[in-house]
Amino acid sequence: MTDFEAVIGLEVHAELLTASKIFCGCSAKFGAAPNENTCPLCIGMPGVLPVLNRQVVEFGIKTGLAIHCEIQQRSRWSRKNYFYPDLPKGYQITQYDLPICLGGHVDIRLEGEDQDRSIPLTRIHMEEDTGKNIHDAHTDASLVDYNRCGVPLLEIVSEPDLRSSAEAGAYLRKLRAILQYLQVCDGNMEEGSFRCDANISIRPQGATELGTKAEIKNLNSFRSVERAIDYEIERQTKAIRAGESIVQETRLWDTDREVTRSMRSKESAHDYRYFSEPDLLPLDVSADWIERVKGELPELPDERSARFVSEYELPAYDAEVLTARKDVADYFEAAVGIHRNPKAVSNWVMGEVLRIVNDRKLDQELVIEAWPVSAQQLAGLIALIDDGTISGKIAKSVFEDLLDNDKSPASVVEEKGLSQVSDSAELESIVDGVLAGQDDKIAEYRAGKEKMLGFFVGQIMKKTQGKANPKLVNEILRKRLQSN
Amino acid sequence: MPITRDDVRHVALLARLEITENEEQELAAQLDQIIAYVEVLEKLDTEDVEPTSYITPMETPFREDVVSTTPDTERWLANAPATDGRHFRVPKIIE
Ligand SMILES: [Zn+2]
Repeated sequence: MTDFEAVIGLEVHAELLTASKIFCGCSAKFGAAPNENTCPLCIGMPGVLPVLNRQVVEFGIKTGLAIHCEIQQRSRWSRKNYFYPDLPKGYQITQYDLPICLGGHVDIRLEGEDQDRSIPLTRIHMEEDTGKNIHDAHTDASLVDYNRCGVPLLEIVSEPDLRSSAEAGAYLRKLRAILQYLQVCDGNMEEGSFRCDANISIRPQGATELGTKAEIKNLNSFRSVERAIDYEIERQTKAIRAGESIVQETRLWDTDREVTRSMRSKESAHDYRYFSEPDLLPLDVSADWIERVKGELPELPDERSARFVSEYELPAYDAEVLTARKDVADYFEAAVGIHRNPKAVSNWVMGEVLRIVNDRKLDQELVIEAWPVSAQQLAGLIALIDDGTISGKIAKSVFEDLLDNDKSPASVVEEKGLSQVSDSAELESIVDGVLAGQDDKIAEYRAGKEKMLGFFVGQIMKKTQGKANPKLVNEILRKRLQSN
Repeated sequence: MPITRDDVRHVALLARLEITENEEQELAAQLDQIIAYVEVLEKLDTEDVEPTSYITPMETPFREDVVSTTPDTERWLANAPATDGRHFRVPKIIE
């Protein structure tokens, strides 16, 4: 138990899934050839005028409503002034003193806890993203790609109310899930469409004043966020114990070495001289607009989880795991829609399916075709277990055969001759074969050594390569062992 | 508070303007006058007046979310002092 507590606030930048950029008609799609998605406006030519994309505001309202913010009916745009090659105009259009959303909260639950904790939010504002710099090894210069410049972002700022890396991780996962459910952001941390900066400070337990914070950047996975927070808490604790003071600064997370290091920037970086953006009018959002968006909000993770418990009678734990990702929840419901055995489908999704998904690091939303085994195949496989065609054990091997192809489970079973032996006469003769010459073991069983039953079942399974119907085998065995 | 030459230098640095010592002095005096005028305005009683940040009584115009530009990268790169044919090339950025 340490005598310091950590105070953590997170700033999330979420790239919005609009077709076009925030202030011009260029495509906002990721992955185009360098500078393909550019025009005079987004490369900062003089004489251009920004025109606001309505969808960006719609997404801002939607997100704000989903996380319980107060939507501001009047907000406005500001200029944040600084020079950097990825920002061709010399300023970023953002929201400063009057953002679109204030307040709000995201509710999280840590593993093993039986209650939610509500993490309060400060604000959400809209802004334009910047371009990307790449180092050019040939000329030792930097190359700039403006495709991302002007792609709409929501910046979602939490209050400094998180106390541990585990809470920060839970908060980010929940927030990402909500954005994905809303279909406003794809949540891909590696491609940078869901980015996070962490403000971290520590203070003596029970203190009310905040300590000096460090801002940590370059956190491009959940793991990085969690590791960087743990590292930073330890670094600051050690420094304070050694009588050093913490410097307010920006630090970069080094993923390979797992340390944060100071970004020694001599630029007076925080003198952004914000002022009201003269090229854009204040943004008025009518009460009707807000009401309409409210009426169209989709089912969100918490609601879906509650429904999974009531509609499919799943344990709360299953419901939570399945709904933490929209694509996983969709996959589950697709499979249940084909074969209605929710608990079995849940077990398979949480077990085999998510194991493959995690092994392959498929951590972004999967489209239907991208699943290693389709919902249709999984449902078919479980149906074969339920109707007695194959055992659960055989099903696991069939599952492996279904990976990355569109074979039907039934055809795999047929092809490989995996059908369960459920023919009584056939099984009886196999059982008799196994029991033959085992008189001493039979005697042991009859003398009360129940364990021997397992031995015989094992022998029978071995003989049939696991294909014997276990229920029938048990019945026949017991009958044979009882009679003389 | 009078504008000092340090203030002028700081603002010039932020704006990436190179100015001579003479200009520093001249600009400090000019900026001082402008600030002095604002101080006159500050004496007015504006207690009950809502701040005006926009003078045009217009509604926010919107664009619909459709892609409407055509890629013309070569043309936009033509203005750049240096390129590699696909990117804008700038002096090395050290992070
Ligand atoms: Zn553009």
